[in-house]
Amino acid sequence: MPMTVAVRLFARARELAGADVVELAARDTVAGVREELAVRYPQAAALIACSAIAVNGEYAADGHPVGPDDEIALIPPVSGG
Amino acid sequence: MVRLVREPIDFTALTEAVRRPGCGAVVTFLGTVRDVTGDELTVALEYEAYPPMAERKMHEIADDVRARWPIGAVTLVHRLGRLEVGEISVAVAVSAPHRTDAFAACRHAIDRLKEVVPIWKKDLAPGKAEWVHPGAPTGAGNA
Repeated sequence: MPMTVAVRLFARARELAGADVVELAARDTVAGVREELAVRYPQAAALIACSAIAVNGEYAADGHPVGPDDEIALIPPVSGG
Repeated sequence: MVRLVREPIDFTALTEAVRRPGCGAVVTFLGTVRDVTGDELTVALEYEAYPPMAERKMHEIADDVRARWPIGAVTLVHRLGRLEVGEISVAVAVSAPHRTDAFAACRHAIDRLKEVVPIWKKDLAPGKAEWVHPGAPTGAGNA
C-alpha cells in the first residue's frame, strides 16, 4: 500500500488547488513534499516555490524529515496585520 | 495574552488588561483596514489563519518581547474573517515602567507578527479578490 502524507493549504494556494488538505505520495523531506506539490499543482508552482513549509506547527528547512504522522502545512508568504 | 478572534477587538479592554502599578507607560498599536493602497481601492479584507501555529508563533513573539525588554505585560490579538474599511484587524498592547521600552517592545511585536505569523489577507474591491502574498509572483492565480 503506498504511503501518503497530508498537506494543509491556505490562502491563494488553497484556492488554486481547490482543497484545504491534499494527500500526496509520501516523501521523506520537506523539499520532497514541495516538489510533489508543484507536480500536482503546476498552476501554483510559482507560489509553492516561494512558500515555507511547516511541520507540526513549526517552520521547517528543506532537509527536515517528514513522515505520515506529521502535520504538514504549506505556508505562502504571510500578510497578517 | 494571545488570541485569534472573529468578533471586533475591544482595544479599550485590551489596553486596560496590560496596565500595572509598576508601569508608567502603555503603548497600544492598532492595525486598521485602509481604503486605498497606492492607487488601488480596498473595500474589505478577508483574513484567514492557520490557527494553532498562528497562536504558537504569537506566544513566541510575546515571550521574545518579555525576554528583550523589561515590560509589565504584552497582549497580541488578531481578528479573522471579513473586515470592512476602518475596522481593527490587529492590536498589540504593551506596558512597561518607561515609555522607551514600551514603544520598542510594541514595535518589535507587531513587526514580527507581520513577518512570521501564518495569517493571510485577501484584498476585496469591486472586480478584485486578491490574496496578499508579499514577494510572490502576482497576477496569475488570483481568483
